[in-house]
Amino acid sequence: MSNEKPKPYWSPYMAGLGLGLVLLLAFVIMGQGLGSSGAFARLEYTLLHTVVPEHIESNPYMAHYFEDGANPLSNYLVFLVVGVLAGGFISGITANRFKKSVDKGPRISVKARFFLAFFGGSLMGFGARLARGCTSGQALSGGATLALGSWAFMMMFFAGGFLGAYFLRRQWL
Amino acid sequence: MNFPIESTGAFSFSTGMLMTFLIGVGFGFFLEKGGFSSARKLTAQFYLRDFAVLKVMFTAVVVAGIGFWGLVHLGMLDLEFTFINLTYIWPQIVGGLILGIGFIVGGYCPGTACVAATTGKLDALWCIAGIFFGIFVFSELQPALKAFQNSGEMGEVFVWQWLGVSPGIVLLGAVLMAIGAFSLGTIVENKKGSVVQPD
Repeated sequence: MSNEKPKPYWSPYMAGLGLGLVLLLAFVIMGQGLGSSGAFARLEYTLLHTVVPEHIESNPYMAHYFEDGANPLSNYLVFLVVGVLAGGFISGITANRFKKSVDKGPRISVKARFFLAFFGGSLMGFGARLARGCTSGQALSGGATLALGSWAFMMMFFAGGFLGAYFLRRQWL
Repeated sequence: MNFPIESTGAFSFSTGMLMTFLIGVGFGFFLEKGGFSSARKLTAQFYLRDFAVLKVMFTAVVVAGIGFWGLVHLGMLDLEFTFINLTYIWPQIVGGLILGIGFIVGGYCPGTACVAATTGKLDALWCIAGIFFGIFVFSELQPALKAFQNSGEMGEVFVWQWLGVSPGIVLLGAVLMAIGAFSLGTIVENKKGSVVQPD
């Protein structure tokens, strides 16, 4: 950590250009786009499988990940998200942006912010599994390949955000 | 060249995963550079105060989309070995809506929550815990929700097929939409002086 002032974020066009080129490279090198919620699920199923193996095996949706002795962590998305953690950290720390903090508007308590973060996260975990991907796997990667369902997902994602914004304004503004 | 490189068998498993890790580093790096490690910056999109979400995401989609379809057009990228999201229209519509609502409530999406956590945001850790919980709930209920999750199945279908035009026309439309939306966004941002920077 440094006492120097945090550097401003990049122009969104430069960040978007970089992100777009990384996404293109992912397709060119590995034949897959970017994603993240899949890695969460794989880690979670692996942990649950060590604690309550019979329960996981009895649910075909989760058992599928362990078929023929497969290791769910030995997977593209898992290595990708480990990289995301490293890349985010490198960018943040070198721009003096690493700071233990709670990101919220001035009108809400830390406790309420934590509760809403958890609740919103739960909705996203549920929604991402239902839709077979989240903002990165569907909207970003599916969007670039022009997959029809991913574009429907993207429009609905923005619709959901704008619909909820009025009710959540105390948290952010 | 034949792309994707992975499909040519040029990589061992560990080389492939090293490549994947490095791609992930780039992904996380540019997300953080764009300010996606801040919930206030991300959510400011939905109060029309900071258009970074739209600008970063749409720039990336257009850049990658032009590269992707350009390579397909030149016969260099084989779609057969490339992962394309299958369309299940109903769960994607409902799931996208739930994710959008979850995003404005939680402040991050799954990928940006990771990046935010690496820059010290404690709320992002709660968001990540929530994502695990939501995945758990869905996975437990999936046998009952399976019929809906598989509804509206259309297979591998592209926006341009659905519209009956070429990929280039759709990409051109996306570029024009992006330029229009970015210009309007910038006018609003300048008027309000509301672009979020780190503090």
